[in-house]
Amino acid sequence: MNGILLIDLILLALVLVAAVATVESRNLFAAAILSSIYSLLMACFWTSMDAVDVAYTEAAVGAGISTILLIGTLVLTGSRETVRKAVHWPALLLCLAVGSVLIFGTLDMPAFGDPNAPAQQHALYEGFTGQNILKAPGSKAAEDYEAYLATEDAAHSHDGEHAHDEHARHDYFHGHVPNQVTSVIVTYRAFDTMFETCVIFCAGIGMIVLLRGRRGNPMKGGLL
Amino acid sequence: MILAEVESMLNTDIPTLVGGVALLFGIMLLLVRAIAGPTNYDRILAMNAIGTKTALFVALLGFITERPAFLDIALAYAILNFVGTIAILKFIRHRRLG
Repeated sequence: MNGILLIDLILLALVLVAAVATVESRNLFAAAILSSIYSLLMACFWTSMDAVDVAYTEAAVGAGISTILLIGTLVLTGSRETVRKAVHWPALLLCLAVGSVLIFGTLDMPAFGDPNAPAQQHALYEGFTGQNILKAPGSKAAEDYEAYLATEDAAHSHDGEHAHDEHARHDYFHGHVPNQVTSVIVTYRAFDTMFETCVIFCAGIGMIVLLRGRRGNPMKGGLL
Repeated sequence: MILAEVESMLNTDIPTLVGGVALLFGIMLLLVRAIAGPTNYDRILAMNAIGTKTALFVALLGFITERPAFLDIALAYAILNFVGTIAILKFIRHRRLG
């Protein structure tokens, strides 16, 4: 058992506790705060899973703006849940059925941390992955990766000689911008990025219109 | 001697592992406070402290996996946490963000 895997397991147990507490809490303010805590813990977990971008989005959206919107709603509606509904059995059964189908679907996926999984093999030597590979030590891919890291260190120890090779070594983008993120976002996915920006701009305008309140009566309604 | 054996068994540095587990233990205590906390301010404080622990956790993972760039991400988390807590408190006090 790997050390980081141990940390992952403890983290997931905490996430489970936070999720159950969010659902079970009858004080709605506490539920909002607990959902924020759930997002923060999920951000930890995503970081541990080597998905730093997802983690940052989770922290900004889940723990930041969602909590503020939830509390804004509570300011308007009050923070006590009055009626406790009984369990809706058909909905519970449907959820269980869909959940078991989803779990059945994951059975074909490679085992967790499997170094021979396609996701691990693809960008193995570009410095993006590695964290999850090292969770399955002793395999050939993990040894290859460690050998690669050793050669990388050796290359960096006498940088003067390799200054010219630097671009040749990292040119995975066919002569585009050497920065990997910029290259993918601006050259390979330029249209995608442009329309994503449009969508986010429209969403921002919509939010401002919705939250601003009525003109001429700034005290009535509106959060901004 | 035993430590070295445990280290090779876990394939991780013992001090960083102990740091991580201690951090998660702290998060657990704060979670208990957030669930049980009698007043709203206990819960907000617990949330803020868990945010701080998240930043520390990201920095610690950076140390475990030897990627110093994670420190910048941890700083961004700290800023985010600060702004979020201020926003929530402001909302409770003034009932609006403006």
